[in-house]
Amino acid sequence: MDITGRKLFVKALQEEGVDTVFGYPGGTVTDLFDELYKQEGIEVVLPRHEQGLIHEAEGYARSTGKVGVCLVTSGPGATNIITGLADAHYDSIPLVCFTGQVPLSLIGNDAFQEVDIVGMTRSVTKYGVTVRRREDLGRIIKMAFYIAATGKPGPVLIDIPKDIQTAPGPAEYPSNVQIRGYKPNESVHIGQLKKAYKLLRSAQKPLILAGGGINIAGANDKLAAFVEKTQVPVVTTIMGKGAIPTSHPLYVGNSGMHGKYAANMAVSRCDVLFSIGTRFNDRITGDLNEFAPRAKIVHIDVDTASISRNVVVDVPVVSDANLALDKLLEWAETKDTEAWQKEIAAWDRENPLEMRRDGGMTPQMIFEQINKTFSEAIYVTDVGQHQMWATQYLELDSWHRLITSGGLGTMGFGLPAAIGAKIGNPDKEVVCITGDGGLQMNIQEMATAVTQGAPVIICLLNNYYLGMVRQMQQLFYGKRYEATCLRRRKSCPPNCKGPNPACPPYSPDFIALAESYGAHGIRVENQEDIRSALEQARTYKDAPTSIELMISTDELVLPMVKSGNPMSEMILK
Amino acid sequence: MKNRWIALYVENQVGVLAKVSGLFSGKSYNLQSLTVGTTEDETVSRMTICVTSDDITFEQIKKQLNRMVEVIKVIDLTDVPIHMKEILFAKVLQISAAEKLEVFQIAQVFHVEVADIGNDSVLLECKLTERRNNELIALLKSKFRRVEVVRGGSVAIESISTSCR
Repeated sequence: MDITGRKLFVKALQEEGVDTVFGYPGGTVTDLFDELYKQEGIEVVLPRHEQGLIHEAEGYARSTGKVGVCLVTSGPGATNIITGLADAHYDSIPLVCFTGQVPLSLIGNDAFQEVDIVGMTRSVTKYGVTVRRREDLGRIIKMAFYIAATGKPGPVLIDIPKDIQTAPGPAEYPSNVQIRGYKPNESVHIGQLKKAYKLLRSAQKPLILAGGGINIAGANDKLAAFVEKTQVPVVTTIMGKGAIPTSHPLYVGNSGMHGKYAANMAVSRCDVLFSIGTRFNDRITGDLNEFAPRAKIVHIDVDTASISRNVVVDVPVVSDANLALDKLLEWAETKDTEAWQKEIAAWDRENPLEMRRDGGMTPQMIFEQINKTFSEAIYVTDVGQHQMWATQYLELDSWHRLITSGGLGTMGFGLPAAIGAKIGNPDKEVVCITGDGGLQMNIQEMATAVTQGAPVIICLLNNYYLGMVRQMQQLFYGKRYEATCLRRRKSCPPNCKGPNPACPPYSPDFIALAESYGAHGIRVENQEDIRSALEQARTYKDAPTSIELMISTDELVLPMVKSGNPMSEMILK
Repeated sequence: MKNRWIALYVENQVGVLAKVSGLFSGKSYNLQSLTVGTTEDETVSRMTICVTSDDITFEQIKKQLNRMVEVIKVIDLTDVPIHMKEILFAKVLQISAAEKLEVFQIAQVFHVEVADIGNDSVLLECKLTERRNNELIALLKSKFRRVEVVRGGSVAIESISTSCR
């Protein structure tokens, strides 16, 4: 018996085990929402803006390992999710995004709320398609979930014209799908992997570089086991932070632009760099000619196209991190790396990550208190200085996870992603670490958190500025603070060099704003009050809490490597 | 930097050409020519693509094409025996009777057909290699006042028994 497209849509979501849809209604998707109204089991989360919506789906997907599902209308509904699609594409987050479309007969007519969303998003999705025939709908949805979740995960967009939603057609939802052009790698070339391992075994100064691929594959325990067996020190990328517990004796720290001195020195001096699940982004490598200049490089990645793109490697291995580590664990033998470990430890003593206790409420003090407070939490950050401090100072073990926008660096990601993570993990504490710039980019999602009963704890590091750019202006642009002061008004002097007693008040008042949404607000101005504010926030189970932590404008993220410079040339003070 | 050739089997679907060409523009790859048509299987199209690149970029191009869901198969034709031809129409205009004779002579030497003729113009239909077509165009332009050219881009297929290119 034939059923309508809208019925098949809901049936497909049920068969895929979808429990949450992040949806914002509109003219071309009202049929789909009506069908969702009639069922039980799939919760519809209504955000306040489609950009918030897709970041919520990202936070949900990253924290649960499930595919995040978005449903938005055509036109502006669709264009508003593009930033999130690009973000998910960069950070390999599995999403299936349904966009409504004007009826087939109107496509191309510049109809009301018509845009060519598939065309617009081709370069930022793993796959995108407009459903042109009702009989294709089931197969396309099946394909979408399969493509989004397998191989290197990513976002898939399905554009469904309004008349396809109401047209009758086959009731079957396929149980599997064959795509002749898409065969995710499900094995590992043993010969190549052996070569890689031999290289590691022969090294005097071996170093493992762990990227986000470890966290995505959930290969953390295997990596830790391999590291313990081989005694090879580990550095991570931003996305790889937490690949092994930060307290692990063989963990050095993050490498890259704002990495730890010892980690960047280790990369610069190692003789074999054994990398897993990273794409050697420019923030990791700096000047390519000076990157790991003494090392033979092994590169294990699930994505063929990531290998030998930025860095030419000596031993490429196309494989999922889990598969590769399974094999590597079979072969692993203990190595004597003590001298090398001591060399790294000496670098760390020379220039440790500074834990400043003298400057009042420093970022370091804030993160120390966060680390002390939460024993089991999901941390989500926005983008900017606070994000880099988080990746430097947060302690992550198997009970902690870090969700951050690493590739695209999307301001506005933090709050909605935290809400999505909380919706997917109602029993876990979710801490959103954000800045005053990024929080305001999707501040309207406070309402979503309140209405969804998602009591995320927002740690807002407020320094009155777009701090990361201000830092660049301070260091490289003669302190010309153009367009980075968020208090600046028309009445301010033209060449202001920084905060002074005559500065106008900050707008908005974040505490009053939180309260107006029905959330809690706590302002902290003294370091002694950080801990009690965090503890107070933990007691609020009904609504989110915004803790506004007032920090100095002059706080910098250090060390820092200027974009394009070698990683060994770090600005330390 | 040199010219390289790829044969690409893709799904015969809306938007696939845009996706493939978008890859070249989006990632600043240097696309020289691209032709596309259906194959013996009407659900599959085959593209013949010419790019100018260095070795590393070319490897990356092949990988990027391979990871597209709509791409079924990528074949590197750069160093294998192939048959490759390009169709070209060249209309030579505003010519005298004597010049016409000259066009006929050129056609004979180049082994191209005279497809059409008018009072003061001749239409040549050429099925040559891209390089030979370039030479023909250069010659016609140097000799005559007005030449109108339309060319189809190269299509290529692997050789059976010869080492022809």
